[in-house]
Amino acid sequence: MNQANFDRERGVKLLATMERIRAFEENAVLAAERDKLVLGAIHPSFGQEAAAAGVLWPLRTDDYLISTHRGHGHTLAKGADPIAMMRELLGREGGCCGGKGGSMHIADFNVNMLGANGVVGANITIGAGAAHGVKLQGGDQVVIDIFGDGAANRGPFLEGLNWAVVFQLPILFVCEDNQYAATTKTTSVTGGDGPAARAASLGLPTQTLDGNDVEAIADAVTETITRIRNGGRPEFLHVITYRQKGHTSFDQAAYRPDGEADKQMADNDPIQRQKNVLAAVGVAADEMQAIHDAAQAEMAGALQTAADTPFPDEALAFTDVQDVGSPVVEAF
Amino acid sequence: MAVTNYSDAAREAVREAMRADDAVWCIGEDLGRGGVFGQYRGLQDEFGPARIADAPISEAAIMGAAFGAAIVGTRPIVEMRFSDFALCAVDELVNQIAKARYMFGGQSRAPMVIRQPMGMWRSSAAQHSQSLESWYTHAPGLIVICPSTPQDNYSLLKAAIECDDPVVYFEHKNMWGLEGDVDTAEAAVIGEARTRTHGDDVTIVSWSQTANFAVEAAETLAGEGIGAQVVDLRSLWPWDKNAVLDSVNKTGRLIVAHESVAVGGFGAEVVAIVSEKVGAALQGRVRRLGAPRALIAYAPNLENKMRVTAEMIVDAARDLMQKSKTKG
Ligand SMILES: Cc1ncc(C[n+]2csc(CCOP(=O)(O)OP(=O)(O)O)c2C)c(N)n1
Ligand SMILES: [Mg+2]
Repeated sequence: MNQANFDRERGVKLLATMERIRAFEENAVLAAERDKLVLGAIHPSFGQEAAAAGVLWPLRTDDYLISTHRGHGHTLAKGADPIAMMRELLGREGGCCGGKGGSMHIADFNVNMLGANGVVGANITIGAGAAHGVKLQGGDQVVIDIFGDGAANRGPFLEGLNWAVVFQLPILFVCEDNQYAATTKTTSVTGGDGPAARAASLGLPTQTLDGNDVEAIADAVTETITRIRNGGRPEFLHVITYRQKGHTSFDQAAYRPDGEADKQMADNDPIQRQKNVLAAVGVAADEMQAIHDAAQAEMAGALQTAADTPFPDEALAFTDVQDVGSPVVEAF
Repeated sequence: MAVTNYSDAAREAVREAMRADDAVWCIGEDLGRGGVFGQYRGLQDEFGPARIADAPISEAAIMGAAFGAAIVGTRPIVEMRFSDFALCAVDELVNQIAKARYMFGGQSRAPMVIRQPMGMWRSSAAQHSQSLESWYTHAPGLIVICPSTPQDNYSLLKAAIECDDPVVYFEHKNMWGLEGDVDTAEAAVIGEARTRTHGDDVTIVSWSQTANFAVEAAETLAGEGIGAQVVDLRSLWPWDKNAVLDSVNKTGRLIVAHESVAVGGFGAEVVAIVSEKVGAALQGRVRRLGAPRALIAYAPNLENKMRVTAEMIVDAARDLMQKSKTKG
């Protein structure tokens, strides 16, 4: 890394985003396990923070994001309010989705975050369609569509990527490869040369990146997004990272080879790696500690605020189903 | 008021909606050439290939991408070609489109129409003939419409396109050429039945093509002095319970007739509501006509075994009249 050209301000912000994501999820796990306040499943992204922070770095607020069940990090990096997100995880009033969605369905249309999804792979065609809608309306937004390595084995991967190529849509598909699909090593159930090779066969320009190098991801995606915004053509990014913990917060992940996770956490933690990068260009340890402490305080506060918020009014169980034929009207 | 057919009436509704609102567009296989049944013929000349768009044979992507385009501000009309193929896109329809508004706490809408040509036509066998409308009535979030006349295919399709909820829209393949008067000034309200014939003796509830058979049956019955009131539901969700209950309260006899399999069909829902509301007064004077729980064959004589005909409706009405000369 060239010290003279290093963008110190960006580097520090990327670290801060990753620290905020980790602190959010640490608090979410506490809420689930210690406090029993999160009743449904949550899928943390410990170890994958660089993918979220780096990929979302160059996006404008009016650009679109569509994500997965493991989407807290992407959503925070897109600019969603952590208090509203934490309220959603706890099923409270004022949650992003009014407490109706929970962790797996977080959406925040204020920042054009079009939703996490409980169905693996479903967001691939939907994201292509969002880009289709942008094109039809003559907009200059770009869509970022993030999915896991497991999703590359579902049909929508083929249909959605082909769609974006055929209609020449402004979308970046990001396969965030944490090497596992639930409890299965994904390579053991994936034929051929993997997601990037499949995407290339459909005519998409592809890049494969170290998913724990936040600087490299931010650099690549900044250029890629500019290209997509100007040219309106889809591209594909395969970022290889590692899921440090279980599939859900309750999964001990004992199925992994001994030592694999320990080694990853010791040598390849994306936050530690970025701290090393920043230290090398002269960012003081105190400054980095302050970023960490601020993130921890913010997210502990978000959890406290959420825990102090009431559950939604019961009448809301039947609102926002549909206008015509609504259960509120059709009660008999 | 002009005479036109069921297919052209729908095409006119699409044309008018697309002229009125740039956000409306159509996506499906072979639409540029007019669609497999010609129901889009000529529209690409007027609106161009971006708004009358040819899709790859990717039903999941057609449905999913149209949904994605809907949540960012467009109003897609999705063509599924045959309702049977919509089964390749059920996750997108039932898990995504129907649920997005609720799951996201009202942040998004999916204003879309999903056109699904349905029903037995001629020797199309088990994968091109089904009537699965009742499935979608079971999925909260969706509206289900089954028009039976050119007028309704015009008015209801227009209403469906203007509606902000996702609408599953079943057109019967055997009726594309059916002619009738269409008054383009007539608006339809989704959820209102049309009473096709009036009578005091028996209520016949139906929809789609079978509603037309019910009207034929009512004409035959009128010749025998039996007054049949045909209530064409037109939409199954929401459905016009009041029109049905008012009629049954008057006639004291109920027949529901539909082309789809009787078991688990929407007729069962109609009978259930009627029995909850006026069950005692009916004293069992109820008949449900639907297909046997069997598969639709290619050979015409076997295919015919699955049909609910006007004659079957007439027989059921006569039978109900025999069983109970006095109303309860
Ligand atoms: C269609 C579908 N099949 C199965 C599941 C259950 N499931 C939830 S997450 C998951 C693993 C997904 O793996 P991947 O795409 O790599 O994403 P990751 O969980 O690693 O982020 C599975 C099997 C689901 N939610 N949807
Ligand atoms: Mg994975």
